[in-house]
Amino acid sequence: MASVSIRNVRKSFGSTEVLHGVSVEIADGEFVVLVGPSGCGKSTLLRMIAGLENITSGEIAIGGRVVNNVPPKDRDIAMVFQNYALYPHMTVRDNMAFSLSLAKAPKQVIEAEVGRAARILGLEGLLHRYPRQLSGGQRQRVAMGRAIVRNPQVFLFDEPLSNLDAKLRVQMRAEIRELQMRLNTTTVYVTHDQIEAMTMADKIVVMNSGHVEQIGPPLELYDRPANLFVAGFIGSPAMNMIEGRVEDGAFRSADGTAWPLPPANGQGGAAPAGPIIYGVRPEHVRLAPGEGIPATVQVVEPTGSETQVLLRVGGASLVGAFRERIAARPGEVLPVLPDPALVHLFDRETGRRL
Amino acid sequence: MSVTAAPSWSHTRPQPGWLARLFDWKPFLIVVCLLPAVGLLTVFLTYPLGLGVWLAFTDTKIGRSGRWVGLENFAYLMEDPTFWSAVFYSVFYTAVATVGKFALGLWLALLLNNHLPFKSLIRAIILMPWIVPTVLSAIAFWWIYDPQFSIISYVFVDVLGLRERYFDFLGSTWPARFSLIAANIWRGIPFVAICLLAGLQTISPSLYEAALLDGATPWQRFTRITVPLLMPILAIVMTFSIIFTFTDFQLVYAITRGGPVNSTHLMATLAFQRGIAGQELAEGAAIAVSMIPFLVFATLFSYFALARRKWQQGESND
Ligand SMILES: Nc1ncnc2c1ncn2[C@@H]1O[C@H](COP(=O)(O)OP(=O)(O)OP(=O)(O)O)[C@@H](O)[C@H]1O
Ligand SMILES: [Mg+2]
Repeated sequence: MASVSIRNVRKSFGSTEVLHGVSVEIADGEFVVLVGPSGCGKSTLLRMIAGLENITSGEIAIGGRVVNNVPPKDRDIAMVFQNYALYPHMTVRDNMAFSLSLAKAPKQVIEAEVGRAARILGLEGLLHRYPRQLSGGQRQRVAMGRAIVRNPQVFLFDEPLSNLDAKLRVQMRAEIRELQMRLNTTTVYVTHDQIEAMTMADKIVVMNSGHVEQIGPPLELYDRPANLFVAGFIGSPAMNMIEGRVEDGAFRSADGTAWPLPPANGQGGAAPAGPIIYGVRPEHVRLAPGEGIPATVQVVEPTGSETQVLLRVGGASLVGAFRERIAARPGEVLPVLPDPALVHLFDRETGRRL
Repeated sequence: MSVTAAPSWSHTRPQPGWLARLFDWKPFLIVVCLLPAVGLLTVFLTYPLGLGVWLAFTDTKIGRSGRWVGLENFAYLMEDPTFWSAVFYSVFYTAVATVGKFALGLWLALLLNNHLPFKSLIRAIILMPWIVPTVLSAIAFWWIYDPQFSIISYVFVDVLGLRERYFDFLGSTWPARFSLIAANIWRGIPFVAICLLAGLQTISPSLYEAALLDGATPWQRFTRITVPLLMPILAIVMTFSIIFTFTDFQLVYAITRGGPVNSTHLMATLAFQRGIAGQELAEGAAIAVSMIPFLVFATLFSYFALARRKWQQGESND
């Protein structure tokens, strides 16, 4: 077990800098998910922790030891690659035993360790097979088995589920999380899927074009996104963002519609001046006959468990997700109201939360 | 129930004509499809090969058709020390040249597989020996090995002053033999290097990264990842290389013509020497036919070495 500290790390490929000073503290046994859009530098950061890319500046420490100049094999980490990188010419057993056999471990130790990993992952019946004879999910498990056998201080995962179909992904997601809790090994997990991040992480690091946007537990990111980027990235369907400004104790969008402000900003509180983005999540919009803002229905998307409705209020569009079934037709007008306590305000210039 | 509705549901297929049925008949199709290929093979491969084999059992000379003499030619060759020397040198030449080509070719391929500056330029230069017509390069080597004008001798004696006398590359048996092998290796390296480079490039870099994390040293990465994954293509390239080297003719004939004292004859050059230059067509054919068992052996080697390994993609044949 070990903690991982990433201190002001930068990375350049040639003259282009792709990480602009990233700092993350990962506690012992924690499951941290790096999430962000494609190309934001998640894999690069993970590969720097693994030692597959060198560190342009800054420091990475594993278990208190700075590893900038420590070769990968001495960092005591194990990595699961996106394409699994199983050795095609070795059986499942040999794949999992490879690191131990390189370390010249005695036969019984190898047998025992491989057996233990196979039992944990349910691979006992597949040990004699070659990777090409396995399904995607089984390959994924072998890749994890290869990591488990090493008994590393830190697990690194680079989008391990992106090659699986949706159903298997949900199942493996739970398996990985359950496994990590059982082994209690510090884990850094890269994904671009915010649902994976939300469901698996103890702590999420949201990255965007080489910067860290916010670090925190999943629900904190959901409840108090620090800026517009995090607000738009976390949560599905995405948060509604409406432009406007605060006037006379209410938020007014461009067309003059009045929206309720959060209690703190509404009465007496320092009403922020200047252009503002008003954010409300679709699930925090409710139907309020009598008092609601009239909204024109454009599209209704029932998913069974909830109904998503694309609405239009003046010039702004608004998505609402309702628990109740709504049989509205396009063109109808529904009275909707955001829950004032769950509304987020952002500065339009800086994107920061107000 | 309405009776009139029935016909619209009975969807009988029209009886095909006899021509259509003929083309659906598998044996006929097999014959028709094989005919062009078999015809071409018969005319251009089997006939010359058959003629050569037949000649080996006659006493044909150039300008005089022969008659069947059975194994007489082979019996004569069994007693002929020059023939046995050619057999020995063919095997030796093939073995040493193949080892040399593969050692150097693999080394070059590994170098080229790294990130090098001017990579494509280096690759082009490496292909040169292979692009130059063999006879041209043979003439170049002939000069390089010349007793008086050799550049190697010039460098060693006149420039570096390391030796008193010029090398005599082609004047005596073993130096001549090794000189030819060196020329063959030089010529064969590009083929091996480029083929193996293609093989190396199919190996996913993430396998090396995974091995790196698993704690493999560079040597272990080479022996445990590179070599096994390169094996399928290595076997193909080696088979070709062995066959090409064993049947080599041009280099030896252009540089030494089998001399000194027939010591550098390969079976191919000896067959030509006896059959065409020496007019003993039948004897030349017999020597050429004697190469067949060696080539069959090389092909069998490839058959087993190339057998799909269990781990390879595709249908398994275990
Ligand atoms: N070897 C390299 N040379 C030059 N630029 C690179 C190299 N590797 C990555 N980059 C650049 O660094 C940036 C970050 O890449 P990285 O692979 O870390 O993205 P990512 O966040 O993992 O994206 P994805 O979700 O698509 O995997 C990208 O803009 C990419 O173009
Ligand atoms: Mg990536």
